[in-house]
Amino acid sequence: MAKVHLWASLRRFADGQEVVEVEAATVGQMLDALEKAHPGLGPAIKAGLSVAVDGEVIANNRAAPVAAQSEVYLLQRLKGG
Amino acid sequence: MARDDVKTGYKLIGTRPNRPDGLDKVTGRARYGADFSLPGMLHAAVVRSPHAHARIVKIDASKALALDGVKAVVTRADLPTGLTGEELNLQDNTLAGEKALYDGHAVAAVAATSALLAQDAARLIEVEYEVLPHVTDVDAAMAPGAPVIREGVADYSVPEGMNGNVARYMEFGHGDVDAGFAAADIVREQTYKTEATHQGYIEPHACVAQMGEDGRGEMWVCTQGHWYIRRMCASVLGIEAAGLRVTPSEIGGGFGGKTTIFMEPLPLALSKKAGGRPVKLVMSRSEVLRATGPTASASMDVKLGMKTDGTITAGQVFFRMQGGAFPGMSPIGEALPCAFACYDIPALKHEAVEVIANRPKAAAYRAPGSPMAAFAVESLVDEMCRELKLDPIAVRLKNGAKNGSKSSYGPVYNVIGLQETLEAAKAHPNYAIPLGPNQGRGVASGFWFNHGGETSVSLAVGEDGTATVMIGTPDIGGSRASIGLMVAECLGIPYEDVRVNVVETGALGVNEPTHGSRATFASGKAAVESARQAIAEMCRRAAADWGIDAEAVEWKDGAAHPAGPNAGKHPPMTIGEIGSKMGSTGGPISGHHEVTAGGYGASFGTHVVDVEVDPETGRTTVLRYLVVQDAGTAIHPAYVEGQYQGGAAQGIGWALNEEYVYGTDGRLQNPIFLDYRIPVASDLPMIDTVIVEVPNPGHPYGVRGVGETGITPPLPAIASAIAGATGARIRSLPCSPPKVLAAIKAKG
Repeated sequence: MAKVHLWASLRRFADGQEVVEVEAATVGQMLDALEKAHPGLGPAIKAGLSVAVDGEVIANNRAAPVAAQSEVYLLQRLKGG
Repeated sequence: MARDDVKTGYKLIGTRPNRPDGLDKVTGRARYGADFSLPGMLHAAVVRSPHAHARIVKIDASKALALDGVKAVVTRADLPTGLTGEELNLQDNTLAGEKALYDGHAVAAVAATSALLAQDAARLIEVEYEVLPHVTDVDAAMAPGAPVIREGVADYSVPEGMNGNVARYMEFGHGDVDAGFAAADIVREQTYKTEATHQGYIEPHACVAQMGEDGRGEMWVCTQGHWYIRRMCASVLGIEAAGLRVTPSEIGGGFGGKTTIFMEPLPLALSKKAGGRPVKLVMSRSEVLRATGPTASASMDVKLGMKTDGTITAGQVFFRMQGGAFPGMSPIGEALPCAFACYDIPALKHEAVEVIANRPKAAAYRAPGSPMAAFAVESLVDEMCRELKLDPIAVRLKNGAKNGSKSSYGPVYNVIGLQETLEAAKAHPNYAIPLGPNQGRGVASGFWFNHGGETSVSLAVGEDGTATVMIGTPDIGGSRASIGLMVAECLGIPYEDVRVNVVETGALGVNEPTHGSRATFASGKAAVESARQAIAEMCRRAAADWGIDAEAVEWKDGAAHPAGPNAGKHPPMTIGEIGSKMGSTGGPISGHHEVTAGGYGASFGTHVVDVEVDPETGRTTVLRYLVVQDAGTAIHPAYVEGQYQGGAAQGIGWALNEEYVYGTDGRLQNPIFLDYRIPVASDLPMIDTVIVEVPNPGHPYGVRGVGETGITPPLPAIASAIAGATGARIRSLPCSPPKVLAAIKAKG
């Protein structure tokens, strides 16, 4: 199960959990599983997120792989200049 | 100090060939946005609100339309309704709806047969306003009783009970912050402020657009991202994206400010109303400053705990940032993760609110949010180093992030080069030069994430063995040269045999803009993959000619060679030979790669600056300036150095002089370069550079983006150098002469 870390102000939408474990092989599956388990996260996910998987920040690639032991962090969507 | 003398095994990467756009630019042949013209073209002008906040009661264009030569007027009533979210924000910013939300907000636009006539007609468009209370300062917008300028802007993240101008809230961290502060020998807390600054690109926004009654059109535009322009214009105007063909011009700077639309839908709408005649719209400098994206202004609380040996035990920030009158534009999502990104600190708490105010819709500006965050955090680190008499580089080496460190925003860093930049700065001769009276030295480090993103690239082999590369990322800082070098290295042909073209929206799949320091990284990565495809095909052609398996052919030095025990003896077949007969050996040879590019490596830099402050006037002179930054691999070192120097120059301007000055009436007081003072060449010394190379494992040649980090350290480094020179700490940018003089006098 991948461990998904939520930033603090998201935790109130996930029963106060800092880390949510989800079964997923891709970033897209991980986000879908998160929203299914915690519908309150839906607006944040729909607003757009960046996801870091094992240290690599993935802007919006839902196909990016997530391994069973991956450490995943949700970040606010990042913009660059 | 480039690494030109270091043996890398590369033949071309790391060399400094002539710039492919150099001759066009120095001879004036380069075509910028305002250089395009078409037969029958009309010219447009925009009517802008003189009020910071006002209800639009009535717009009467009858007098303008009565002028001979005036062909069309558009107002918000001409745009489709029903948009939501960011699309509605873009439309609201293109033309005000019920309310004008800032000084300079577009209210109407007119097209006429000449630019002067269009300006005359704009003055004849009568707008009746009901002026409303306004607020432009971020702290004032958060104060009790501040006018709430737009109802309902708060998104899901804002807890109940927050100020009505708060649009977004964010919080994260790790460790026990209270225990961390308790373990410190000193705990210090300060508030820092930065004013909004503009990207200051030399070329104003400009475009020529044409659109017929059928909603199909074409645009030539100065932009960092023409697919974004296409998508955003299509949304605002309610047309199909595929109906709009967008061609980017040469670009005279962007720095993030040209990654979105401001006025681009207007000439399209005017053209459609004027029977499909093309319309040109070129913004004046005043319009650029009043109505295109500056960066956010910020008010930031920082608290740090430090032991007497320099160990940082805990950190805490609370940032308030306004990004104009539209939600989602202030860079809190970037500023917070950047705040402590250079450090490995066991306990951190980050908190921020995005605030809306009656200012223009902010846009990205070089490492959005990171310079402000660095100003706050790095300034306080410096204050505590001075208090404890610790060397600022030694403290950063002690606490700095390394490979395998858990970043301040969560993920573990893979391969990063912060420590290498600190060591190189410490070893540089500038760091040992003795300082004289009224002189001070400042040190700061900076961070940017970098970015990959949606990327599509094609490559075609020519009949003469040359190669043409088609990319979708406009070349702002040398990406054509760098991508050309990488392709030439991969193909084994001379750099001069590769031409890299930035092509229009119809020629490739969707590309994100040149933003996030991604162009050389992502388009370069895709171009190398495209070249590898072409090489594989050329090996197949040679194998077929020789009657051997393709696997028995290898590519080196621009030619196919037989390889392996059973390949037989064949003379190498060059790319020129293969290209010359490709029509009879299977057809054109090309490569294409599209990807949402990952693997971009984080970017770190360290700056050292020496200044001298005139105690009589408060004027600061930059004596010497050193930029040390990790480039991964410097493909074309001259361009890398240019990015370092450009970032530092902009950061110095932000630190010393640049600021948006609003009057009590909410109007911008300095909308020209005479009053909005960016640094000019005579203000700056030659900026010294050191290119550190810690190759990024996520790129075939080790590239990291280099465009943004360089603007981050100058803000705190300059303020710290001034503190060293005067004993007075400036915590509110810019460090303008009156402010520095007042601080010196207040110190006594």
